[in-house]
Amino acid sequence: MTTSTTRPASDYPPGGDAFCHRHLIGIAQLTPWEISYVLDAAEEWVDLNRSGAAKHDDRLAGLTIINAFFENSTRTLLSFEIAGKRLGADVVNMHAAQSSVKKGETLIDTAMTLNAMRADAMVIRHASSGAVQLIADKVDCPVLNAGDGRHEHPTQALLDALTIRRRLGRVEGLTIAICGDVLHSRVARSNILALTLLGNEVRIVAPPTLTPPAIDRMHVTTFTDMDEGIRDADVVMMLRLQNERMDGAYLPSAREYHALYGLTPKRLEKARPDAIIMHPGPMNRGVEIDSSVADDPQRSTITEQVEMGVAVRMACLDILTRCKRGIAGWN
Amino acid sequence: MELKPLLITNALLVDGDTPRPGSLLVTDGRIAAIDPTDIPDGTETVDARGQWLAPGIIDLGVFATDKPAFHFGGITRAALMPDNGPLDGAGLVERAAKGGKPDLWIHPLAAATKGLAGKELAEIGLMKQAGARAIATGRARIADSGAMRRVLSYAASLGLVTIIHAEDEGLTAGAVATDGEMATRLGLASAPAVAEAIAIARDLALVEETGAPVHFRQVTTARGLDLIRAAKAKGLPVRCGITPAHLFLSDTAIGDFRTFARLSPPLRSEDDRQACLAAVADGTIDVLSSGHDPRGPEDKRLPFAEALPGMAGAETLLALGLGLIRDGHISPGRLFELLAGTPACLLGVDAGALAVGKEADLILVDDGTPWQVDAKKMAAYAGNTPFDGMPVQGRATAMWKGGSRVR
Repeated sequence: MTTSTTRPASDYPPGGDAFCHRHLIGIAQLTPWEISYVLDAAEEWVDLNRSGAAKHDDRLAGLTIINAFFENSTRTLLSFEIAGKRLGADVVNMHAAQSSVKKGETLIDTAMTLNAMRADAMVIRHASSGAVQLIADKVDCPVLNAGDGRHEHPTQALLDALTIRRRLGRVEGLTIAICGDVLHSRVARSNILALTLLGNEVRIVAPPTLTPPAIDRMHVTTFTDMDEGIRDADVVMMLRLQNERMDGAYLPSAREYHALYGLTPKRLEKARPDAIIMHPGPMNRGVEIDSSVADDPQRSTITEQVEMGVAVRMACLDILTRCKRGIAGWN
Repeated sequence: MELKPLLITNALLVDGDTPRPGSLLVTDGRIAAIDPTDIPDGTETVDARGQWLAPGIIDLGVFATDKPAFHFGGITRAALMPDNGPLDGAGLVERAAKGGKPDLWIHPLAAATKGLAGKELAEIGLMKQAGARAIATGRARIADSGAMRRVLSYAASLGLVTIIHAEDEGLTAGAVATDGEMATRLGLASAPAVAEAIAIARDLALVEETGAPVHFRQVTTARGLDLIRAAKAKGLPVRCGITPAHLFLSDTAIGDFRTFARLSPPLRSEDDRQACLAAVADGTIDVLSSGHDPRGPEDKRLPFAEALPGMAGAETLLALGLGLIRDGHISPGRLFELLAGTPACLLGVDAGALAVGKEADLILVDDGTPWQVDAKKMAAYAGNTPFDGMPVQGRATAMWKGGSRVR
C-alpha cells in the first residue's frame, strides 16, 4: 500500500540537511519536516518487509549495532534487533541483568566500555530520565533512545505517527485522545510532542493522580472524564497501566480504573465512527482496554503499530549511520 | 605569639548602608577603634587602596569543611551542618570545631536528634558544652511533630536556635524537581512547591506554642515567605535564609538534565524566584548563605534523578551577593547583614560587624573586578556549581581572622 502523503525527495533539503542530528534522543529536538522525512523513509521499509521471503537489504553490512537495555524489554529490543539484522548489521544485545551494571559500575563507565568496542550505533533504554542523553554526550557513535525513564521514547512516537498516517491518510488536523497513565509515560510525552508538532489537536484523558503537572504547557487540553475526552476523536490512543500503579497510591483499584477509564465498546461510541484505536503494548486486557475493542480488525491498529515499529527503526538506523557509511552529503 | 596592632587605612568601611571612607584599628584580635586618632607604636599598616572593608562572611549552613573554598570566598566562619557523621555527640562536635584551625572558624551545628533520625533527642546540652553554636534538623525536617516540639523547647531552654529544613516529606517523596512545565517535559518526578509552606506552617505553630527561636535555612517559595512575613509581624522569634541559587536561577536551569542544578530544595518557578528577590529586598529574608556542598563526579555525573543534590557555593557567594546590590535589590550594608551580621546573631558569636569590641574577622572586597565562574577551576574540592560559565563581579582580596592575616 502506498500512501498519497509520502512527499517526493525533492521536497526535502538535499543530503544530511534533511535530518541534521547525530543522535535520536527525543522528538523535542526534531522539526516537523524531519519527522515526515523519517516517516517517508520508513514507508520504503514497510514495502520491503512485506515483500515475501527476501527481506534483506545489506546496506549496514559490516556495521556493529549494540542494543544496550538497562531496563527490561522484549518488544522494543526485538524490534530494534530485527531492524538492524534486516539491514545487514551485526547486532549485539546487552541486558542490564547480565552486565556489570549489577556489579556497581557507573553508567558512564559502562558507556565508555561499549564505546571502546567501536560500535557504529547504540540503541539504549534506561529507567532514568536523561540517562540516554548522558551516554550520548560521551560516546563517538550515533545513539538512539529506546526509552529513558518518563522522558522520551521517540521511535514509538514515530511509529505511531506512521500508523495514523497510513490508516487515516494524514497525520495533521486530527483530534487525538491520549488516555491513561500520562504521568509515568514516556510514550505519552513523545507522542504529545510529535502530534502537536505535526498540527493535531491532542487531548489528555487521565485521572488527576496520573496527570502531569502543568501538562497544558505542552499545548494539550486535559480531561478527567473519559467520555468527554474521546468525544469525536479521530484517534484513541490508550497507554499501558503498570500493575504497581493500581495498588492504591495512584488509583483505588484496577476494577475502578476500568469502570472510569477503560475503553469499552460502549464508550468508544463517543468517538468518531471511523476512529482508530492504538496501544503501545503490552496490553492489560480488561483493565485499560476491553478485548472486543483491542481485537476489532477494522479499528484496532495494535499489530500494525508493531509492524510499523520495525520499519521506523530501520529508517532511523539507516539515516543515523549515513555519515559513518560515507554517503555523499551526510557528514 | 603577640599580635601586632593592625591599621587598615584608605578603605571604604561597610558599617552603614553605603561604604564610607575611613580607617580601622585592630588590637589584640579585636576591633579597637574606627577612624582612630591614636595609633600605638609598632602598628602594621595596610593600605586598602579604596577597597571595601567588611566583616568576614559567616556562612550559615555548609556541608563540608572546605578551607580553600572558604578562603577564596571571604568566609571567615562557617557553621557546619550536622549531616556528615552525623554530629550527634559531644566528641564529634569537638573534633568538627577543630577542623578549621588555625585560620578558619568552624562552628558545628549539633544534630537535633540521635543519628538525625528525627525520633529521640540528641545530647544537645553536652554538644553545646563541646562547642555547638546552634542545632539543626539536617537535610530533612523532623517529620514527627511531637519530636519536633520537644526539640524546640529543649533547645530553647539551652539558648540555642533550631535551624530547620522545611519540606513536607509526604509530598516530596521521590521528587527531584518542582512541579511545573520543566519537570513535566523532562519526565522528572516532581513535588508541588507548597510542600515547603506546609512544613513551615507546622513549625511556626510549634514556635508560637513553645516560644523557641528558629531559623529556616532556606525559604524559596512565595507562600513560604508569606508565612514567615506574617509570623514576624506577630513578633515570633523567626528568621529565614536563602542561597544565591534560588535568587538567580529558576527551574529552567535543570534543562538538559544538568545535575549541578539538582538542589534541595529544588529550583522553583520564575514567580517564586521573583518573590524571593522581593523578600530579600523587604527584609523578610535575613540570611544569605552558600549551602556549600561540594560533590564530585561520582555523585553528580549520573542520570538526574540518581545524582545527589547540592552545590559548591562558597566561592560564588560574595560575587553573587554583590550582584544583588548591582541589580538594585539591596544596599551594601544590608548585604553584609545578610552575610555576616544576622548569622553572627543566630550563632551567638561576637563578630559579623565593624564595631568596636568585635572580633577582627575582616575582609577587603574589590567589588568591581569581573571574573567568570568555571567549574573546572574552582578552589573547592569539587566544582559542582550551577553557575558554571556565568560572568560575575567582585571578590575578596584579603582576609583576617581575629586580626591575623589569612590571605
